[in-house]
Amino acid sequence: MRHPILHPGLNLGPHHGEAHDHAETVVFGFWVFLMSDLIIFGLMFATYVTMANPMGMAGGPGPKDAFDLGSVFAQTMTLLFSSVTFGFATLALRHERGPRQLMVWLVVTLALGLIFLGLEFRDFADMIAKGAVPQRSGYLSAFWGLVPLHGLHVASGCVWILVMLAQIRTMGLVPVVKTRLLRLGLFWHFLDLVWIGIFTIVYLMGLSQ
Amino acid sequence: MTLDQTGTWLFGRLGLDSLPILPAFENPSTSEFIAAGAALMVIVGAIVTIALITWFGAWKPLWRDWLTSTDHKRIGIMYMVLAIVMLARGVLEGAVMRTQQAFGLHGGFLTPEHFSELFTTHGTIMIFFVAMPLIAGIVNYILPLQLGARDMSFPVMNQISLGLTTTGAALVMVSLVLAQFSNGSWAAYPPYTGLDFNPGPGPDYWIWTIVFSGIGTTLTGINFAVTIYKERAPGMHLFRMPVFCWTVLCTAIIMIFALPPLTVAALMLAADRYMDFHFFTNDLGGNMMNFVNLFWLFGHPEVYLLVIPAYGVFSETVATFSGKRLYGYTTMVYATMAIAVLSFCVWLHHFFTMGQSANVNIAFGVASMAIAVPTGVKVYNWMATMFRGRIRMTVPMIYATGFFFLFVIGGLTGVMLANPTITYQVHNTLFLVAHFHNVIIPGVVFGLLSGYHYWFPKAFGFRLHEGWGRAIALFWIFGFTFTFMPLYVLGFMGMPRRSVAFTDPAYQPMMYVALFGAALIVSGVGSMLIQLWVSVRERERLAVPLGDPWNGRTLEWAMSAPPPEYNFAVVPQVEARDDFADAKATGRAYSEPEAYEDIEMPANTAIGLGICVGTVVLGIALVFYIWWLTILSLALMVVVFVGRTFREPAPRIFPAAEVAAAHRAWLAAVRAATPIGRLDETDDLNRGLARPEHPELMEPAQ
Repeated sequence: MRHPILHPGLNLGPHHGEAHDHAETVVFGFWVFLMSDLIIFGLMFATYVTMANPMGMAGGPGPKDAFDLGSVFAQTMTLLFSSVTFGFATLALRHERGPRQLMVWLVVTLALGLIFLGLEFRDFADMIAKGAVPQRSGYLSAFWGLVPLHGLHVASGCVWILVMLAQIRTMGLVPVVKTRLLRLGLFWHFLDLVWIGIFTIVYLMGLSQ
Repeated sequence: MTLDQTGTWLFGRLGLDSLPILPAFENPSTSEFIAAGAALMVIVGAIVTIALITWFGAWKPLWRDWLTSTDHKRIGIMYMVLAIVMLARGVLEGAVMRTQQAFGLHGGFLTPEHFSELFTTHGTIMIFFVAMPLIAGIVNYILPLQLGARDMSFPVMNQISLGLTTTGAALVMVSLVLAQFSNGSWAAYPPYTGLDFNPGPGPDYWIWTIVFSGIGTTLTGINFAVTIYKERAPGMHLFRMPVFCWTVLCTAIIMIFALPPLTVAALMLAADRYMDFHFFTNDLGGNMMNFVNLFWLFGHPEVYLLVIPAYGVFSETVATFSGKRLYGYTTMVYATMAIAVLSFCVWLHHFFTMGQSANVNIAFGVASMAIAVPTGVKVYNWMATMFRGRIRMTVPMIYATGFFFLFVIGGLTGVMLANPTITYQVHNTLFLVAHFHNVIIPGVVFGLLSGYHYWFPKAFGFRLHEGWGRAIALFWIFGFTFTFMPLYVLGFMGMPRRSVAFTDPAYQPMMYVALFGAALIVSGVGSMLIQLWVSVRERERLAVPLGDPWNGRTLEWAMSAPPPEYNFAVVPQVEARDDFADAKATGRAYSEPEAYEDIEMPANTAIGLGICVGTVVLGIALVFYIWWLTILSLALMVVVFVGRTFREPAPRIFPAAEVAAAHRAWLAAVRAATPIGRLDETDDLNRGLARPEHPELMEPAQ
């Protein structure tokens, strides 16, 4: 039997009772928040694009001097894969496979998120060593305004996963924990989407010029 | 570590020289005395407020009923209080500037530095801490009532939004006592506000004021939009919503999409100032035009964010005080939406003179002129609503009349300014100052003040004094006219805006006229305080406990005044547009429901207040480079915020019996009361029960 979809994205389904009903408002609200957040990223992208030119670079390092595509590709794969594992976590939640399976998938996602952050930090350290610091040029300011902002979001996502792991243990799968997991899922997939933009616009377009 | 280093570590760049009292001793001049006086007023005001609260033993009720409340009505009232306090400061600053310019031929009494600070704080305060909290306040109070909802979708987030807005206002107030606020205008264009030209704490105050209150406003927008989409009572289709709710939806959309550019611009400026980034600097590839674009990408939608709810208020008051349904409901909705969408397509008209190609200017000029079309539709709709209506010239209608005449003039000068060739002539002159005050005062301020008068009896159970209300409205209408019409003339004569002094004696007569107008506006604000005092004193005489003093048309009038905390004893079943008018015409109104149920309301929480205090400390720490305090306050807020999510507070339950008793008591009072006709509306007889008049005109809009 098909049930009405209460909100965009994966619905918990009526067998979750109160959590499913409550999700309609809170998940919708979170979508609206993500739209607002997307505007922030959009503007950072726009700033980056207006500054990715010789004038903005002011004689400092450009994309070819600063970026390492191999490492960035590894980051991309890690983050995309973490989205898949979070998807499994959400499915475990929806089909009530028990907190254990859910937590395993969350821990895997967290690990992938941390690997992503580790690789990104290594790249950043590399760029700093090459003198590609934000203080060098407007172009690099725009880069350091955009990419670490995404990294900061991923870091908050990791903290959020930790908090949710703690809440699953202490509070159990009560409705509010379930709707929080749904929102965390949206957040995580959203960061994936933004990263695809960063990979394409910052790295691929930067290196192809 | 030496003593000096320890001091720097502890207090950053906050030192004794940050206090504005000292320069008044070192360099006694009128300008310094005004700054020191303002600082003293803040300190004395704070002490007197604390003393009064303690004297009346009001800390406990203040904490329990207000500061920790998640009730949208109380949050709305707190927004209004904040707005009125800040309005007093903003208007006084405006008056000081008008006085300075009136005596500004070859000098005046203010230093250029002080004058710049005044127009910066005046603009920042009036937009962010008067107009926005007035809107947030009225919307918070009225929106759930009009939708048939018990609260906002996210009551706790609502409280946090209030906290963040208050943080911004508090930082502007603190800047009077510690160092100075920015002097780079409310738009804070770099590179002037960059570190190279402006190393002091001023622009940092601006940045953190804007960032915190901007985040609060974005959250407010999310809350309004979700409430409108998800909390409507059964039967309240989108096209049955009062037009005010539609305008709130448009405003919420603008809040969600237009506030991020401001936050981004301010944070980029912060990166430039704190970490030596080069987003907007003159050297190393920075581009200040990016700031200008980002700022106005926010700034232009912002002015529609402000005026659209005012349109909504007029749509309610004009229909109610004409005793007719609103003319052209559907066109009103589409016109409002069109304005909201177009508002995102015109930002470039704020800098036609900054060197983009003529074709780009023309595109944005045409888009700006196009906004006049839906706005015109609305003005005609309001006038058609009044046509053959049962018009009562009460306070909101006096404001509406002033609005019709003056706002149309402001709109027309806007169309003039939308033409790039004209802008090249009058750019950066007082003509522009006259134009935007001409849309914001008759549009936003008149709309919100009429809303204040219109909904005050709903919120407090007694009407505002009508005579004083009329005086205030006239003070504002004539005060505005005398203050700003001369500025149009001065603009055409070529007087630049933001100039502390001038050398051409030809400007002087008009400056005196403007000063007279400013005196009228100050009298208007003073009268608002008197009106409040008089109304509170005579509240027994002005009481309207039955809740419908104006023969209202929408759901917020269908309950006692003030409303119970849960708003509706039972969630209403909406049958028509202007449902309460329909209910009164068809006899559905004031009926007892078959059954009452327990009502769950969210528990009190102190998180909003905690975030407010935390971000004020964080803001001060950032402004003065006190890094340990920055980290500490940030970490504390995160810990408290996350910690709070680990326990779900139990909701408060209102038992069905209690709800039923209160509702039945109110219904009995309604049955016992004599309904009054519209001629007695402003009379003592008005207890809040309206006699249906002209039922054929009371039918709902379809």
